[in-house]
Amino acid sequence: MAVGLFGVSFGVLAGSAGFEPLAAVVMSVTTFAGSAQFAAISVLGAGGTLAAAVGAAVLLNARYGPMGLAAAPAFEGSVWRRLLQSQLVVDEAWALSIVEEERGRRFDRRILVGAGLLLYAAWVAGTTAGVIAGGALGDPEDLGLDAAFPALFLALLVGQLGSRPAATAALVGGAIALVLIPVAPAGVPVIVAVAACLIGLRGREERS
Amino acid sequence: MSTAWAAVVVIGAATVAIKAAGPVLAGGRELPDRLGGVVELLAPAVLAALVVTQAVGGDEELVIDERLAGVGVAAVAIALKAPILVSVTTAAVVTALLRLAT
Repeated sequence: MAVGLFGVSFGVLAGSAGFEPLAAVVMSVTTFAGSAQFAAISVLGAGGTLAAAVGAAVLLNARYGPMGLAAAPAFEGSVWRRLLQSQLVVDEAWALSIVEEERGRRFDRRILVGAGLLLYAAWVAGTTAGVIAGGALGDPEDLGLDAAFPALFLALLVGQLGSRPAATAALVGGAIALVLIPVAPAGVPVIVAVAACLIGLRGREERS
Repeated sequence: MSTAWAAVVVIGAATVAIKAAGPVLAGGRELPDRLGGVVELLAPAVLAALVVTQAVGGDEELVIDERLAGVGVAAVAIALKAPILVSVTTAAVVTALLRLAT
């Protein structure tokens, strides 16, 4: 439900960032990663380059590498089957499919695929509704839609602050961006801010 | 091809590859600790930078306008554990109302 509504807002915001309707829907069909999609259209909408938009989106999606690796034992069957099912890995489906057992945790493929399919259908349907509704809305700045992006990223960020290194990385990343905004072209501050994650070189800590 | 379509194609291909890498290639090995530590911090670092650039970023200048007030009210809503959609809508509504008033 909530994912569907997010899809609607993605469709509306993509339109306000200069995406034609079909491009927004195709992106939701092929990419299926909300935060990266929002990041890409917000960078492009703010006048950033293609490289900056791709960079921000890929960096946000990089977490799916290790998340997919962690869930890999749950995927069975042919390469094509695993390839298709792996596309359903998004934060919510991944987290839901974790089953804690006495000998450690494992991932339940049926939950992962089922939840992923539901989320996917809601996301694509929502995007389609959003691009249709968006055309009727008028000037996005009059509607305050430019404030919706940072509020959304802030809400997603709060969900990521489970540990002290994560909070530190967020603070440092935000500070780097703030310093670079007046001196660097749009998109560059976000890319450079990624350096903040290097504090993770000390290795993983227990989540608090 | 427009920039928007190029972004759709490149980001789509990259995301498919990233998501598929683990399940297609690996037998469930854990990442080395140091690499895992870095990757874990990618999302918070990038999201924080996006919050800052989208809230006060302009064309190579800092812009303080109605947006920031809207985001500030949304931050309060988030702190009060409001659902994400409520917080985001709050930001837009506050910003739009302030623009109407000025």
